[in-house]
Amino acid sequence: MYPFKRYVEIGRVALVNYGKDYGKLVVIVDVVDQNRALVDAPDMVRSQMNFKRLTLTDIKIDINRVPKKKTLIDPMEKACVKNKWENSSWGRKLIVQKRQASLNDFGRFKLMLAKIKKAGMVRQELAKLKKEIAA
Amino acid sequence: MAAKRKTPMKTRNPDLIRGVGKYSRSKMYHKRGLWAIKAKNGGVFPRHDAKPKPPAAAEKPPKFYPAEDVKKPLLNKRKPKPTKLRASITPGTVLILLAGRFMGKRVVFLKQLTSGLLLVTGPFKINGVPLRRVNQSYVIATSTKVDISGVNVEKFDDKYFSKEDKKKLPEDKKEDQKAVDASLIKSIEGVPDLKAYLAARFSLKSGMKPHELVF
Repeated sequence: MYPFKRYVEIGRVALVNYGKDYGKLVVIVDVVDQNRALVDAPDMVRSQMNFKRLTLTDIKIDINRVPKKKTLIDPMEKACVKNKWENSSWGRKLIVQKRQASLNDFGRFKLMLAKIKKAGMVRQELAKLKKEIAA
Repeated sequence: MAAKRKTPMKTRNPDLIRGVGKYSRSKMYHKRGLWAIKAKNGGVFPRHDAKPKPPAAAEKPPKFYPAEDVKKPLLNKRKPKPTKLRASITPGTVLILLAGRFMGKRVVFLKQLTSGLLLVTGPFKINGVPLRRVNQSYVIATSTKVDISGVNVEKFDDKYFSKEDKKKLPEDKKEDQKAVDASLIKSIEGVPDLKAYLAARFSLKSGMKPHELVF
């Protein structure tokens, strides 16, 4: 139908993809002009950011334009933004990426063994199913 | 000359400020006890005449004078400091060897020898690396540690590794290897997958960026 599903609006949660706050989840609290938004997060000073530095997420919370910090934190807690993010497939992927990047050499070795084992089990099941179909 | 003192002479005349002592010349004469030394020596200060030295042997004039003045090299009293061991390398650390015939092998660090080289072992049964010396610069230290408490490495030093017979390894060195590895292998088998980890070689695969890897 419409080509866009996620809109820039007050209360839209976005992921910062460039700069000092890389990887943080922020809430758009106001729009400055065509290119910039005022963003805020519980652990950050409210600041302006170019839209090019933001990637919009599916999460939106219900706030007025430029709320005070307390009035920002309460709806965020109620809507469980952090939970929704960590349970979404995008959020889970980022968490796994971070964990894999911090693995030490032994951890990477164990990961390789686990991947091989899992692939072996999948291949076994597949072979079983193929045999059933052939029979 | 009188014999040198072991500790330098502490002055009996404390400074009031720099350049001004507390005691006058006459007070210092009394404090140093020069009067007592004179009294012991019958009113005169004792003199020690120089001992007669044996006559020095007559030196022959040299046969050869160089055409130009020969310069003497400058004196060098530099003493090299003992090699500093990286903080990430402690006894029991798993190291990755980066050069030599065991390139890529993961080995267990035992101790640093007095020459600064690191003493490592495979263990030999696991990956074929014997008790060996390795330079710290050709090694990556991982954060994986092995329990090394059961191993006695007192007897190994740099002299142990000098080769008398370059073709054959003496039996007692084989025994030393077995003794060191026995308790090591037991503690390694206590950790799941660690034996297979030490048996495998390390290599950079596609997509691995060494400056981003955590070891």
